[in-house]
Amino acid sequence: MGVTISSLISSLSSLASWGKEQDVRILMLGLDSAGKTTILYRLQIGEVVSTIPTIGFNMETVQYKTIKFQVWDLGGQSSIRPYWRCYFANTRAIVYVIDSSDHARLKTSRAELLTLLAEEELKGVPVLIFSNKQDVEGALTPGKMSEALGLDGEKGREWSIRGSCAIKGEGLEEGLDWLVNVIQKK
Amino acid sequence: MSAKKDEETGLGSYYNNKTTILQEARVFNESPISPRKCRALLTRIVYLLYLGETFSAQEATTLFFGTTKLFQHKDSALRQMVYLSIKELANTAEDIIMVTSSIQKDTQPNLEVIYRPNAIRALCRIIDAIAPSMVQAVERFYKTAIVDKSPSISSAALVSAYHLFPVSRDVIKRWVNEAQEAVNAKATSSFFSGSSSSNYLGFSASAPPSPGYQAVPSTSFITQYHALGLLYLIRQQDRMAVTKMIQQLGGGKSGAGTTLKNPMALCMLIRYAAKVLDEDPNVQKQMLELLEGWLRHKSDMVNYEAARVICEMKNVTPQQLIRPVAVLQLFLSSTKPTLKFASIRTLSALALTQPAAVSNCNLDMENLITDSNRSIATYAITTLLKTGNEASVDRLMKQISGFMSEISDEFKVIVVDAIRSLCLKFPAKQALMLGFLAGVLRDEGGYDFKRAVVEAIFDMIKFIEDCKEAALGHLCEFIEDCEFTKLSVRILHLLGIEGPKTPQPTKYIRYIYNRVVLENAIVRAAAVSSLAKFGVNVVDVAVKRSIGVLLSRCLDDSDDEVRDRATMYLRVMKEPPLAETYVKDESVFSLAALESKLVAYVKDADASNQPFDTTSLPKISREQARQESARPSALETIHTLVPQKSAQSAYAKQLQAVPELASYGPVLNSSAKPIPLTESETEYVVSCVKHIFKEHIVFQFNVSNTLPDTLLERTSVIMQPSGDAGLTEDSIIPIPLSVQPNHPGILYVSFTRDKPEEYATASFQCTLKFISKEVDPSSGEPEEDGYEDEYQLEEVELGGGGDYIVPTYVTFASEWEKMKGAANATETFALSAMESIKAACDSIIEILNMEALGGTEIPSSTAVHTLNLAGLVVGGVGKVLVRARMTFVRGQGVTLELGVRAEKEEACNLVIAAIAG
Repeated sequence: MGVTISSLISSLSSLASWGKEQDVRILMLGLDSAGKTTILYRLQIGEVVSTIPTIGFNMETVQYKTIKFQVWDLGGQSSIRPYWRCYFANTRAIVYVIDSSDHARLKTSRAELLTLLAEEELKGVPVLIFSNKQDVEGALTPGKMSEALGLDGEKGREWSIRGSCAIKGEGLEEGLDWLVNVIQKK
Repeated sequence: MSAKKDEETGLGSYYNNKTTILQEARVFNESPISPRKCRALLTRIVYLLYLGETFSAQEATTLFFGTTKLFQHKDSALRQMVYLSIKELANTAEDIIMVTSSIQKDTQPNLEVIYRPNAIRALCRIIDAIAPSMVQAVERFYKTAIVDKSPSISSAALVSAYHLFPVSRDVIKRWVNEAQEAVNAKATSSFFSGSSSSNYLGFSASAPPSPGYQAVPSTSFITQYHALGLLYLIRQQDRMAVTKMIQQLGGGKSGAGTTLKNPMALCMLIRYAAKVLDEDPNVQKQMLELLEGWLRHKSDMVNYEAARVICEMKNVTPQQLIRPVAVLQLFLSSTKPTLKFASIRTLSALALTQPAAVSNCNLDMENLITDSNRSIATYAITTLLKTGNEASVDRLMKQISGFMSEISDEFKVIVVDAIRSLCLKFPAKQALMLGFLAGVLRDEGGYDFKRAVVEAIFDMIKFIEDCKEAALGHLCEFIEDCEFTKLSVRILHLLGIEGPKTPQPTKYIRYIYNRVVLENAIVRAAAVSSLAKFGVNVVDVAVKRSIGVLLSRCLDDSDDEVRDRATMYLRVMKEPPLAETYVKDESVFSLAALESKLVAYVKDADASNQPFDTTSLPKISREQARQESARPSALETIHTLVPQKSAQSAYAKQLQAVPELASYGPVLNSSAKPIPLTESETEYVVSCVKHIFKEHIVFQFNVSNTLPDTLLERTSVIMQPSGDAGLTEDSIIPIPLSVQPNHPGILYVSFTRDKPEEYATASFQCTLKFISKEVDPSSGEPEEDGYEDEYQLEEVELGGGGDYIVPTYVTFASEWEKMKGAANATETFALSAMESIKAACDSIIEILNMEALGGTEIPSSTAVHTLNLAGLVVGGVGKVLVRARMTFVRGQGVTLELGVRAEKEEACNLVIAAIAG
């Protein structure tokens, strides 16, 4: 009688959810013109679309391997950023996109990221950081980016910094692989 | 009523309660979301909003953010509901900017989803609320959507344009061609929209088409209604364009050639036609032809609308009414209650002015008296009362009394109004009517209803001598138990006026004094005033003494107003001259003038050193005051009242807003009517208003430009005085912006009066100067360079009495005697050009701008007449009275002896000079 009913049910339901596809809610955040919308549609339809600044959000479902990601791409303009928090609930992972060629605003981007990490609602949520626009000359490499962000002290959550180029589609799948891994581990 | 109450207290109110809904809004955050549950909750939110429930900004914002999360679900029924909710919440919620991207995505062309029209409609709310400048960015999109083959998309875009018009007039005006195309759209033949405008994200091809969606061809042609609304909104300033549109869409004489298939669009068109008819008598013939064509349209709605418009037309002739009344008559025997109601209501209104035209329907209306719908029955009876003959009155009255208790207050008022005009039509029936009114006065009812009854009785007292005593008796009984302070006060006032004239004044005094004992302070004060009138006006000394006793009892009242009035009236009763001024005086201040003077006095800090000066205020008789505040009523048709508008205080406000004129102080007088300086049909229409200040004179020119597609810039008027006028020009204040077609502009030319104590007279040559610029009709932008142009206006005359005198009311005989010793002058003039005494009276009143007293403006004889006038000379010069004695001999014209008495010499001279000039 070591197994209570409730734990039995929960283990059963988790078994069931392994069996079929899983819906996972993901937030994609970052400053404006970091490349979030481009990444979203690159992942969804595999094409580069021409975008305009997102006023509000885009929501798309992206099927990757066994997982169905429900990606919320929230606008990055400073007027929109305050509303990010309205969408924190039930988030399973955060994809944070940084324009690695935009040295001037790296500080701002870091500050926004640290604010996110300090949010109670996002406690323990894994963070995947795309150091985007690697094709642009003068872009920070993922290593340098890691140094600049200084996230070594971040405990209690999985995180990873990866270089990417949304236009060429480089680095995106590797990033998602890492995410799938982390989520399935949980 | 009772059913509604049940709904409010029953389960429904719990289920659709704001708090419950706010709590249940958690379902929006569930994962995965349940479209069915969310849709049900959204429906309840929208239901609540439609019922008039309000959400605070915070509540609405929370709900709104919850709603945005539902975009993750593709269920199209849910998405439609999401858009409906967003549209409603957009008014109160903050931060609605967050859905912009999501909505824009759903509005993309080529997206064959059923909710695309919903998205388009929601988008306009977001643009309206947060970023009107965005209209330009979506202009191309909307233009394409308006001409979309799918009627629902076209309608959505048209309605959006309609909503956006106030925030972005100029952009929307450019969509006129698309709207025109939408109005003319033939039946939709293609099922799929063929629009191929580019897609900003370029991914639409991959968007999965929702199952079950296809563009349904419209059978209602409702898009025409929306397109017509937008076209009118764009063109409404331009009457010519509206007229043209009505004629084009009207489809000729028979109405058969119209492209409009939607009955609502046709009804709209008929309403526009009515408006044009109302404003421009020149097009009456064409419009009437169209309207008569529509009387034969196959839709009831259109027939009714056309009939109603003809019935409500100004100066409609009995001949023109025959056909529309026949149409309405047909509807009276319809099986549809709405049609019956609409037509009987229109006939009822028409019966006020044209009872003969409606009497053809008497038989049909008789049948409606017993209609189970009480509203229809009420209208039928009240209409019959107006059209019927004296014999049928008794029967109808009995019928109404039968169900008075079953109809709402609103309809009771209609019945009472009908009775009220009936009394005056058939005075012989007054006893019956009065009995009825007194009866309903005792019934339950709200203020509006009771007021209507009391006013009806007031009218009877005024116009029907025979019923006076009985009516006063009924009113006395009513105030014994009246819950409405306002009505009690009015009745007490009337008793004070009418009571003393009756043979037995004493019987009313008891009722009035009862009020002093039993009522609140406002009614007590009114009762005191009423008693005082008995004290002054009743001849019997014993009554006077009793009133004195009663009033002295009021000296101990707990309210100061009541005590003050009692004290004052006790004194007044002892001193006849005071009584003359305070009780018997029939004049009151003109309220509009009093208000503007008081406002000026309160605003001016220096003025408070001196007491407020009432001598410069024009007075009017009680009769005029009553007319000014006259309510539109059934009586208007019997006694045509001419409402006197107070343009004066409106001018004062306009002048205060001009900084250059602010230092001139308050305006003393403005011309009563603008004087036209051009013909009314010319390119530029100009009129002039003269404003007299203490040390200045300002001419106001109202300039309108009737040429389409031209702007006038730097418009000014050059005034050239003839000879030495004693005036020095100060400045010309041109119209700051351009004068656009059909938007009149105002400019001022100001002069200093060299000697303010003299009344400068002069005539001025006036020339309108401006730079004319053409406007490109396609872009709406004016061209860079214009050319200078001039336009000769008619001369402006300053002087005569009129510009310096304000009409006022006095009791002529006593004032004339009183001013015997003051400044006076008498002169005789031969007005040989005058063809009658009436013409002489009219022109003297116009020249002097004075008030004709005691009805002397209408001569009773064609040979001899005396005209009495009173006025106030501005600038504190005071009262001036004129007695004009005239004789008329055919061939010699009018001989006028002008006697003037005034408080000051210069006023006399002014009047004499005005007539002599």
